[in-house]
Amino acid sequence: MSDIIQLHYDVDGTDFAAAGEASMKIKKELRSLGFPQDVIRRIAIAVYEGEINMVIHADGGTADVNVGLDEIEIILADTGPGIPDVEKAMQKGWSTASEEVRNSGFGAGMGLPNMKKNTDEMVIDTEVGVGTTIRMKVYVA
Amino acid sequence: MANIRHSVALTLEKCKGCTHCLQRCPTEAIRIRDGHAQITTTLCIDCGECIRTCTYQAKRAEYDPFECIQDYKYKIALPAPALYGQFDHLDDINYVLEGLLKIGFDDLFEVAQAAELVSGYSQRYLQREDVKKPVISSACPVIGRLISIRYPDLVANVLPLHPPVDMAAKLARIVALKEHPELKEEDIGVFFISPCPAKVSYLKDEAEKGRQLVDGVLSMGDVYKRLVQVMKREEKPQPRSRTGCIGIRWAGSGGEAKALSKHRHLAASGIENVIRVLDSIDNDTLPDLDFIELNACPGGCVGGVLAVENPFVARSRLLYVEKNMPQAVNWDFSKKPTNTFVPGDYFLEEQLTYDPPQALDDDRRQALVKRMQIERLVNELPSLDCGACGAPTCRALAEDIVRGLATHDDCLMLGKFRQVNKERSV
Repeated sequence: MSDIIQLHYDVDGTDFAAAGEASMKIKKELRSLGFPQDVIRRIAIAVYEGEINMVIHADGGTADVNVGLDEIEIILADTGPGIPDVEKAMQKGWSTASEEVRNSGFGAGMGLPNMKKNTDEMVIDTEVGVGTTIRMKVYVA
Repeated sequence: MANIRHSVALTLEKCKGCTHCLQRCPTEAIRIRDGHAQITTTLCIDCGECIRTCTYQAKRAEYDPFECIQDYKYKIALPAPALYGQFDHLDDINYVLEGLLKIGFDDLFEVAQAAELVSGYSQRYLQREDVKKPVISSACPVIGRLISIRYPDLVANVLPLHPPVDMAAKLARIVALKEHPELKEEDIGVFFISPCPAKVSYLKDEAEKGRQLVDGVLSMGDVYKRLVQVMKREEKPQPRSRTGCIGIRWAGSGGEAKALSKHRHLAASGIENVIRVLDSIDNDTLPDLDFIELNACPGGCVGGVLAVENPFVARSRLLYVEKNMPQAVNWDFSKKPTNTFVPGDYFLEEQLTYDPPQALDDDRRQALVKRMQIERLVNELPSLDCGACGAPTCRALAEDIVRGLATHDDCLMLGKFRQVNKERSV
């Protein structure tokens, strides 16, 4: 694939209000490029869930999106605490978020399952104490 | 394109080709070409920001001349509730209504009265189970345009009911024909007294689609000048008003939402705030809400560019006149609605559709290539966003160049920018 646009966004980990900025910008970008609405929606959800996770657990991180003609790749990377048990984390409703975070409507344990549900490929690379990188792909029909 | 008509006009001799409107336009619809401002009609949402910001009064709103009412035998005025906020120390809106009859109208139908009915039916609509929440108000035509060019996922959230002025026009005709059987339909002229040029284009668009709701849209400022000459306020006026506070409050931001107090709601005004709220809904980052009222003008309709008084003074006056008015006259808002019936007449004939501005290229591969070219150009341009090239930002110029609408040479700062960079790197 030669025609790939690389988009890079920093996710600010200091406040909840900042979560969602990257997904919003990506959405606008993909709309202007004429991608199908369903593809845009799925990518926006996957990035948004990732942003929330990075804000809650990892003091922020980065979101890179490689936009190709046939597939769009999302790479979310942080240097946070890492995920000790990926299998558990993938279960719906499982979360290590604090009571405070849950009370503000986040940390319901739907983040990773939602990312999985909305993408065609998903690989989690994580190490406790080092960080987490999640690579996802959405195929463009 | 669904909407091609716009109500912003330019007085060519007055336009200096400065960058005020250019940089204020929320959809980047303006370019300065050949020394004056030009509007890309597919991007213009009629918000009036360029009219507000023009230092040279070169931008003006288009509306019908007052004299056009003379073309009709039976002239009906539809005063927007914002009109009542234009007069100092007004304690009874009947003075204004009486004034309208003195300046040449034969009859009137308050838009505020229709607003109470629309509020009532909106309550019922919100009770329906199949409704996509949050429901977004359909009253401000600018919001409808903005959603239709920018938010494909939100078009289904817009309240499918007619705004109050539409219903006021429909009801005014029905009442007039009933009360005056001697009149023929063509004898009746219905005129909206508008604080807002977006309503002018909206109502003309509707007429072009075969839905002639009003026969003219008059400027509130124009009518105000005539009213102050005849409103002596010496004798107590006849009680003509058929509205309460709920209807009147639609003039200001939060008024429509407040009528839906049984539901969780939010109100925002001013185009920048509105965009922030729409972005949050689009991004699903808003808490659960039933209803969202959005007004493009700061402070709501009282902030329209055709209004006379500043919106804050107007709202304070409306609060004053409200004191002597009943809560509502046309609907019982004290109870939660027991059914969800809404008459067919209240439903818009057409649902809002997504009508995006031209994509970079219809072919996605070409679009990607062009997008990369834009990125390269953006890195070359000085990032000053000075507007001297005629585009609002360097990115916008880059896009124009790739679309074939501008060239590198349009950037006046490029030479200087390169020089500075060279000196820095030495």
